[in-house]
Amino acid sequence: MIKINVDMNKCQHYGMCVFEAPAVFKLNSDDKLEYTATADDSERANVEAAVDVCPMQAIFIVD
Amino acid sequence: MSKPVVIVGASMGGLRSAEALRRFGYTGAITVIGDENWAPYNRPPLSKEVLAGEVVSHETVAFPQRAATSDVGWVLGHRVVSADLEHSTVTTDEGEIFEYSNLIVATGLRPKRQIYDNNIHAGRHIIRTLDDAMSLRAELVPGARVVVLGAGFIGCETAATARKLGCEVTVVAPGTVPMLRPLGEELASELQRRQEAEGVKFLLKRTVSDLVGESRVKAVTLDDGTELECDVFIEAIGSHPNTEWLEGNDIDISDGLLCDHNLRAVKATGDSWNNVWGVGDVVRFPNPIFDDVPRRVEHWNIPSECAKYVGNAIATGEPGEIFKPIPSFWSDQFDVHILAFGLLALADSSKLVQGTIDNDCVFEYYRGDQLVGAAGIGLRSVVQGYRKNFES
Repeated sequence: MIKINVDMNKCQHYGMCVFEAPAVFKLNSDDKLEYTATADDSERANVEAAVDVCPMQAIFIVD
Repeated sequence: MSKPVVIVGASMGGLRSAEALRRFGYTGAITVIGDENWAPYNRPPLSKEVLAGEVVSHETVAFPQRAATSDVGWVLGHRVVSADLEHSTVTTDEGEIFEYSNLIVATGLRPKRQIYDNNIHAGRHIIRTLDDAMSLRAELVPGARVVVLGAGFIGCETAATARKLGCEVTVVAPGTVPMLRPLGEELASELQRRQEAEGVKFLLKRTVSDLVGESRVKAVTLDDGTELECDVFIEAIGSHPNTEWLEGNDIDISDGLLCDHNLRAVKATGDSWNNVWGVGDVVRFPNPIFDDVPRRVEHWNIPSECAKYVGNAIATGEPGEIFKPIPSFWSDQFDVHILAFGLLALADSSKLVQGTIDNDCVFEYYRGDQLVGAAGIGLRSVVQGYRKNFES
């Protein structure tokens, strides 16, 4: 299990993470980011990719 | 022991290359050499959040370090000054020679500089490195008169940040509209309007021909002879690829390192080096999504896309499918947040397709009748929908 934290003060809802880890991140109907706070270990690579592509570098994996 | 993969350039492209090598199964040695003393950090906030922050620190912009790359050898604060591709070596300014199995060129860009008769330094700034941002931050005090030369994204973002900090900001630029090339006339004009509504002044079709002051800048002279008083002068007039260290080799560095469809450096014969790779905005590469013309692309996602491709190619020994990344960029200016996909600069026309220009809106960009990009303020889901237009 991995824990995910998004700094919502930094997040500008660009949604680049959604392409990398759609099981964890999505834009809701108001185009605001929503995410699950935990995910299976099998999602780690996808979430790391999401961390990498976040323009605001607002996504953190809490180990 | 086999020779390491040597990565020259310790910014995002260098870091992402090292990570990708490990991710795709390369277990040999990796050495990353960079001329800054800082471990890799994220540059875009330097003109925005970092500059607006109370404290400018490495910690606020450093990329997280991962366990998979904990055994990478970082050689920081050392500049590579030459390369001998025939003998697979690079040499630093201290004369240290590194042999490599594969070389990844990730040396990025540096700001272009104007040359002025009055060559004073105090009060004169650029923004590329964390050290640049730190020294500028100290001078952006409320009421400071700031002149920004250049109306590209960095110039306009810096202008917005300085204005938010309470500075009196004037952007001087030779073009007719700020950010014209990347955004096209209509959207660019709207952004100018929004900047002006926040109090940023634009002096367009003008440039700065000299500086005034003895110990520090106190004014700039414009090309029409007028003087504009200022306390801070910021140059943001574009960038130059860092390729001088590659001179003397059988490659093309006339505008960045020319690479093939597999990001391998191209020889004069048209063949490619099989162990010299390019990553990031230093690279000129063709992108078949658009055409076969090699271009440098100064978008933030390009270093990571290159790194993923090259890391995989080296780790697996297979170049794989040809490289065709989807360029994307964003820009934050005041409360305006632009997101774009594609190569908008290729367009000869643009049209508003959703929303209204003075609010949230989406534009499509065309070269002839070929869609080459889309950009929007707000309306994220709509803009994101264009990404699939560029997927193969």
